[in-house]
Amino acid sequence: MFELVTILLLLAMLITLYRFLKGPTLADRVIAFDVMNIIGVSLLVLLSLYFQRSLYLDIALIFGLIGFLGTTIFGRYIEKGI
Amino acid sequence: MIYLGYIFVFVGVIAFLISAIGLVRMPDIYTRMHAGTKATTMGMILVILGAICIEPSWAWKLILLAIFILLTNPLSSSVIARASHSDGATLESDELKEVEK
Repeated sequence: MFELVTILLLLAMLITLYRFLKGPTLADRVIAFDVMNIIGVSLLVLLSLYFQRSLYLDIALIFGLIGFLGTTIFGRYIEKGI
Repeated sequence: MIYLGYIFVFVGVIAFLISAIGLVRMPDIYTRMHAGTKATTMGMILVILGAICIEPSWAWKLILLAIFILLTNPLSSSVIARASHSDGATLESDELKEVEK
């Protein structure tokens, strides 16, 4: 079960990576980056269920925090420049 | 209870797949943002709900993660929409402007 779900999540990440590489503007890439971040967080939740370790949940929390920070900083960069 | 959790996780992953397909197929930046943020919020909440059903003893950490996602995800979508609007991005088909003409 977990193997099937992980493969489906990696497929979703691959489709998002296509938009990340192709996207015409910077904002498209930032959105694709945000979606890949959230897919990574849910992948970490599934990993913690698979290995039965709750340590991965802390890593997922910190990963989400860093990804949100990156998205916000890129939005500010698009709006005002450095 | 465990099988209910499996069903929740599976539906959440399907929501992630729909979001990724919408991200590729939508025509302009605002609709892409719509596909990329709302559907992933739903998928994340469903995956966390399934994880709570599978492992009830980790419920507090998972609820904290869900609250965090619910707080930050609309915020980042709003930041990107505001930035691309002030950057001058336009809609692919703007029916209001066609009416005004």
